[in-house]
Amino acid sequence: MKLAYWMYAGPAHIGTLRIASSFKNVHAIMHAPLGDDYFNVMRSMLERERDFTPVTASIVDRNVLARGSQEKVVNNIVRKDGEERPDLIVLTPTCTSSILQEDLANFVERAQMDAQGDVLLADVNHYRYNELQAADRTLHQIVKFYLEKARKKEQLPQGKTENPSVNIIGISTLGFHNQHDCRELKQLMKDLGIEVNEVIPDGASVHNLKNLPKAWFNLVPYRELGLTTAQYLEEEFNLPYVDITPMGVVETARCIRKIQQIINEQGTNVDYEEYINNQTLYVSQAAWFSRSIDCQNLTGKKAVVFGDNTHAAAITKILAREMGIHVVLAGTYCKYDADWFKEQVSEYCDEVLISDDNGEIGDAIARIEPSAIFGTQMERHVGKRLDIPCGVIAAPIHIQNFPIGYKPFCGYEGTNQIADLVYNSFTLGMEDHLLEIFGGHDTKEVITKGISADSDLNWNKEAQAELNKVPGFVRGKVKRNTEKFARERGFSEISLEVMYAAKEAVGA
Amino acid sequence: MTLAQESTSLQFECETGNYHTFCPISCVAWLYQKIEDSFFLVIGTKTCGYFLQNAMGVMIFAEPRYAMAELEEGDISAQLKDYEELKRLCLQIKRDRNPSVIVWIGTCTTEIIKMDLEGLAPKLESEIGIPIVTARANGLDYAFTQGEDTVLAAMAHKCPKSVKEEEEKEERNAIHKLLNFGRKKEDISQEESEYKEHPPLVLFGSLPDPVVTNLTLELKKQGVKISGWLPSKRYTELPVIDEGYYVSGVNPFLSRTATTLMRRRKCKLIGAPFPIGPDGTRAWIEKICSVFNIEPQGLEEREAKIWESLEEYIKLIRGKSVFFMGDNLLEISLARFLIRCGMTCPEIGIPYMDKRYQKAELDFLEKTCNEMGVPVPKIVEKPDNYNQIQRIYELKPDLVITGMAHANPLEARGINTKWSVEFTFAQIHGFTNARDILELATRPLRRNNNLKELGWEKLVKEEAKI
Repeated sequence: MKLAYWMYAGPAHIGTLRIASSFKNVHAIMHAPLGDDYFNVMRSMLERERDFTPVTASIVDRNVLARGSQEKVVNNIVRKDGEERPDLIVLTPTCTSSILQEDLANFVERAQMDAQGDVLLADVNHYRYNELQAADRTLHQIVKFYLEKARKKEQLPQGKTENPSVNIIGISTLGFHNQHDCRELKQLMKDLGIEVNEVIPDGASVHNLKNLPKAWFNLVPYRELGLTTAQYLEEEFNLPYVDITPMGVVETARCIRKIQQIINEQGTNVDYEEYINNQTLYVSQAAWFSRSIDCQNLTGKKAVVFGDNTHAAAITKILAREMGIHVVLAGTYCKYDADWFKEQVSEYCDEVLISDDNGEIGDAIARIEPSAIFGTQMERHVGKRLDIPCGVIAAPIHIQNFPIGYKPFCGYEGTNQIADLVYNSFTLGMEDHLLEIFGGHDTKEVITKGISADSDLNWNKEAQAELNKVPGFVRGKVKRNTEKFARERGFSEISLEVMYAAKEAVGA
Repeated sequence: MTLAQESTSLQFECETGNYHTFCPISCVAWLYQKIEDSFFLVIGTKTCGYFLQNAMGVMIFAEPRYAMAELEEGDISAQLKDYEELKRLCLQIKRDRNPSVIVWIGTCTTEIIKMDLEGLAPKLESEIGIPIVTARANGLDYAFTQGEDTVLAAMAHKCPKSVKEEEEKEERNAIHKLLNFGRKKEDISQEESEYKEHPPLVLFGSLPDPVVTNLTLELKKQGVKISGWLPSKRYTELPVIDEGYYVSGVNPFLSRTATTLMRRRKCKLIGAPFPIGPDGTRAWIEKICSVFNIEPQGLEEREAKIWESLEEYIKLIRGKSVFFMGDNLLEISLARFLIRCGMTCPEIGIPYMDKRYQKAELDFLEKTCNEMGVPVPKIVEKPDNYNQIQRIYELKPDLVITGMAHANPLEARGINTKWSVEFTFAQIHGFTNARDILELATRPLRRNNNLKELGWEKLVKEEAKI
């Protein structure tokens, strides 16, 4: 047993659901007790999704506990197949239901006999994998299933596309700025004269998965999601992949050079150096920003970075290599992939922290006292408590991290966005500090106060206590309205009764 | 003939139970805030933790007095001893937070692996010296607000009994008397005389303190004294409950607590409509008064005055229809209030319907419908959200009260929604807060009135018809 207040990565089934609901016309059914369909709320709220989340639960209740699911899961699968005609139904256990050790594979087989669409059981162990690992595995499982199916039916398209083309693998729902990254990556491919063959899983149809081998190569922008699929495609179809995250000026260039090498090996003769040079020096503002005097002021400032592997590693490199910021500590909660992280960042920071305990990272931040933090929403709150500004660079995230405006982290526009994020975090910190030294903007005492700030009305003890219970941000309003009400009716003392009467009358 | 019958008496249906609601462990979110010296330990898996973390939103960062005891593979396969593990964690909690009570929340997983929390608690309690209350608030058995019910039912066992002989008590309380020295005798007797003579009354249900004060004052006006409240602000202040005390619930989802108080603590339950809306509040007070043989004073005028002040809001919803998808058990009371406001209600979805505990409320609903001349709603227990959405498409209600999973998709299809969970967290009890209920219920209508001219109602592309 572990005492836990917070977790960075969710349980395995969340990963599976993220993949399933990213595809078009794929439905997921959770074998879960009432209340476990919280995923629908997250998707509907965080992504402001207009459509119903294609996830339902086959409820595990007392009857299931006593007698097993029996026909229930099969019926639910077949019913959903009839109602919505999905191409694929993915059945996923949850932590709870996996202890029941029901033969879900058997249910899937039986349901498959009656269902028009395909039915799969997500192959993830809930006590060994987290959300990210499960997402990676589920994507691989679905891709493999459809490629094998196509091969069996001899429907695999032969050969490559005429022009160089790419599959972008790993864009998913509830991923950090994934939608924007996807658009930016497509633009980048267009600039490079590369066709986008397929983007998976987001918005993809399972029927198109058989076309994956037609691409010249795969691009896996995120370390956490898609690598297993890319490796599978390399083994089976000899399809090379690029797994350099194009985040930051240097890494984007490295990614493009790798793409150049891969497609030239397949018979083209492209040279992207001029493009890289032009983008770096004139289109993206990040390189110029590093040189400008603003960024000079950031030299040697201390920062702490924490997040998932992809973002924490990329941001660490950007801060240290491209902006001259002193990264005291870089950390990740992807414990299962810690070696990769250490190898990526060790030359760019003093310390590496591998932990999924938010207390540990909080303590480290308190000890280091950096000028800025780049982390998850959790670190933002640590920053708030310690009065240190924080830029959010990785999940877990809030609704604020699903901006409507265009905010990629990848590619050249991504470098601009990151520069803004970094710079804004630091200047705000500086400003705060200056304010403290000089005692705030307004040094003159305010002489005339607003309406009834000083009141002639007497609040009795109970009423005063009640007023103090009103949340701070509306207390002033409640006080004013109550006093206005009391004055109009000629009460000289404000008691609880007067307060409630005021609330009833004017909604104070 | 059948038609006429249908429209005047309530019908109950039960669907598949495939509906969306919050897990009952969410009750820790408001209970830890209510009971200030408590610590809630949820014994479950990552799934539970992830739910709490996301459902609580910002609260999670404010050093909450709750945590997960996250079960690992070794716990599931019984390689680790539950007792030792729980002891280690509870000692850590005692050291860091020093609470007056630790509440263990049992989850689906502890049910399935049959972890004997009720058996372990008394042993550990005496070993570490902190009371431990065990509540099985799991998704196998309960929905959302029923979590509070399981916790309060468990706490009902822990309420103290009074010392038997009244005179003996006086003697023992000599010190107390001494402390009262100097306080004039008339003061005390005057305070007492504001109340009528009646047997002790304890209310149950967790409400924000301002609402507690408000309801207490309402009853005081009728000379009814509340001897205690389950739960109270602090665990150490749990009310005395003796055989023969009267109890009354303030929320519709507290049926287990009511049963426990009646059967185990030998209390008498005052079954009344719930004090939600001015009509409900008045009926609630009247019922309590009638049990104590008190003639209620000025209630009719009070109710009328509140309705008058609500007219502005009621104008917006009069004649409109509301559909409850059902997820928090407040549905019957809210529907009854909204029907009194002039709305119609084709369907009330509800997770669980205790017809005995809610009897007075159901009767009141029926009566309200008849008085307002509208058909009685169909009450659908354990609803099926998919079927409900088909019915919503057909009925085209003016307002759907639903969980967040369906709210945005319905809005995108031009259907006004109100997020149901807000009713659980907002202050909706008593005369004073009727305005808040309407503020919530009319918000989507007011907002959409503002946007009406823009022609942006349906924001999804027409789906191809199969």
